Amino acid sequence: MKKDLATYWKRNISLMAVLLIIWAVVSYGCGILFVEQLNAIRLGGFPLGFWFAQQGSIYVFVALIFIYYKMMKKLDIEYDVHE
Amino acid sequence: MSILAWTYIMVGLTFSIYIGIAWISRVKTTKGFYVAGGGVSPLANGMATAADWMSAASFISMAGLISFLGYTGSIYLMGWTGGYVLLALLLAPYLRKFGKFTVPDFVGDRYYSDVARLVALVCAIFVSFTYVAGQMRGVGIVFSRFLEVPVNTGVLIGMAIVFFYASLGGMKGITYTQVAQYTVLIIAYLIPAFAISSQITGTFIPQIGFGSTIAQGQDTGKYLLETLDALNRDLGFSEYTKAFGPGSKSMLDVFCITMALMVGTAGLPHVIIRFYTVPNVRGARLSAGYALLFIAILYTTAPAVASFARYNMINTISNKEYAKAPSWMKNWEKTGLIAWVDKNGDGVIQYAAGKPFKGKPRFTGETGVHGERLLANEMLPNANELFIDRDIMVLANPEIANLPAWVIALVAAGGLAAALSTASGLLLVISSSISHDLYYRLINRQATEKQRLTLGRIMIGLAVIVAGYFGINPPGFVAQVVAFAFGLAASSFFPIIVLGIFSKRTNREGAIAGMVVGITFTFLYIVNIKFMGGKPWFLGISAEGIGTVGMILNFIVTTVVSKLTAPPPQDVQDLVESIRYPRGAGAATDH
Repeated sequence: MKKDLATYWKRNISLMAVLLIIWAVVSYGCGILFVEQLNAIRLGGFPLGFWFAQQGSIYVFVALIFIYYKMMKKLDIEYDVHE
Repeated sequence: MSILAWTYIMVGLTFSIYIGIAWISRVKTTKGFYVAGGGVSPLANGMATAADWMSAASFISMAGLISFLGYTGSIYLMGWTGGYVLLALLLAPYLRKFGKFTVPDFVGDRYYSDVARLVALVCAIFVSFTYVAGQMRGVGIVFSRFLEVPVNTGVLIGMAIVFFYASLGGMKGITYTQVAQYTVLIIAYLIPAFAISSQITGTFIPQIGFGSTIAQGQDTGKYLLETLDALNRDLGFSEYTKAFGPGSKSMLDVFCITMALMVGTAGLPHVIIRFYTVPNVRGARLSAGYALLFIAILYTTAPAVASFARYNMINTISNKEYAKAPSWMKNWEKTGLIAWVDKNGDGVIQYAAGKPFKGKPRFTGETGVHGERLLANEMLPNANELFIDRDIMVLANPEIANLPAWVIALVAAGGLAAALSTASGLLLVISSSISHDLYYRLINRQATEKQRLTLGRIMIGLAVIVAGYFGINPPGFVAQVVAFAFGLAASSFFPIIVLGIFSKRTNREGAIAGMVVGITFTFLYIVNIKFMGGKPWFLGISAEGIGTVGMILNFIVTTVVSKLTAPPPQDVQDLVESIRYPRGAGAATDH
């Protein structure tokens, strides 16, 4: 059963858009633009903004790629374009 | 056993492993030589990519830089990891489906133009040479401190080793040696980090330790980062965790530098080509995930190491008598990477904000009353008496923390692994750019497999010699040109590759115009600041961050010019359509 390839591509793009928004929010948002506000909150010995800039954003980056891999694996099979 | 004996054992052992692996994975075909036959597992490719990516700068210099920069050091942490998200989502799977050997291959075919191919080729070579010179220098530094041979001999030994395994095994040899090198470098990075974290904070895991309280000494019970903030304040530096304080970079600059590094990472040819080596599109996505996971292990440890190193460094030498200073300080003073000048004649080391004197230390060859090496530099009128090269923070860390000799030797082997793995990846890009993109694609399409393989090996040899020359005679501008590597990768490759995949309408005219405008703007801006003493005239953005503006310009110009000119031919549009769907990604081909 071959579904519409255009829909496959659209769904890929929207998944990417969501993940890239998260990517931007944790790094540019929490780590840079709002770092001073977030630093008022503490996470153990870390000011929160500082933690995002030097730790948190990197953990999120790793998670995002593995989520993309998993979701696309499903999507490839659903639209019968997998290898 | 002494540190020296241990170092010879560790370095000898790891080098024999690399040579053994290279011999087992030697190749006879161009496909093996350029893309390791396209059969590398995503996990192995992830490790190899991590070793390829983490250079002497990541291993040796980064934690040191962060320990002096505090919050601002985040530009490197986020900038050199965030690009992998872009790679995994926007580039790697599609370039893998496209399935050729190099980045200029994609640019040339997608934009049906040999001019575009040539521009891409020149950029790839320039970026790679910029980088490789720094690696060879890193090899030299490690050799001179730990094996007590002259820097130049160190560079020559490094050159011989890299040439041996890169020319023998090409991409295949490089890939599997990089897997071994990753293992060596990550162990060498983590062992001292674990040990120092438990010494200072009583917590084994550095990522947690650095947000914990100090477990011993006068600051017991206080949070490490709060203590560092206070120490920095007392010595006249900006607080360690404070963002955008006086003397630090502005928010806009931090934003632009982080983005230029992220986008530049995603546009670097030696990183991109690693994704041609996996068997399929799914493998490319997964492999990017593994690569970042392996990189993140070091990159989340580095800021912890940075804060431990700064705390230890200030505690062991600031306001201490030079005569009673610990031995690590004197060891590194011998290499010229630390210098002390007794400005007020009290025999005590005063450390404060600001450079103690102009330029790098120039020693007179005589020693002062306390046994320190005297300097010929012009002194600056501030209270700071201490010069510390940032590069030594990681290398000296095990000595500062009094770890056993074998740990210090392991760190030396790790630094060499980081430098050699990156150098070999870059040399392959240079070799493939010349023997594949230039010679085979543009000059002689009739070249036989054997001729091309021989040329590839000769090119690795030549590139090693040029890189070694720069390692022995480092051009004064090596540090400056790193801004070029990322700025140019961000402002040239990234936009046109992304548009080439996501917009069928983008055509040859747009891509060439975009690359030329992006590169020219970025190049002139960096040259103006770095070589002509100009001011950062565009919103105060520094040379390191201007690639972000160049990239935006490239996106705009490419899109506008493409709209105004004829769409690409049908077969190119079909090509773009086909790379969007994973099925049918065969092995990488050269036709």
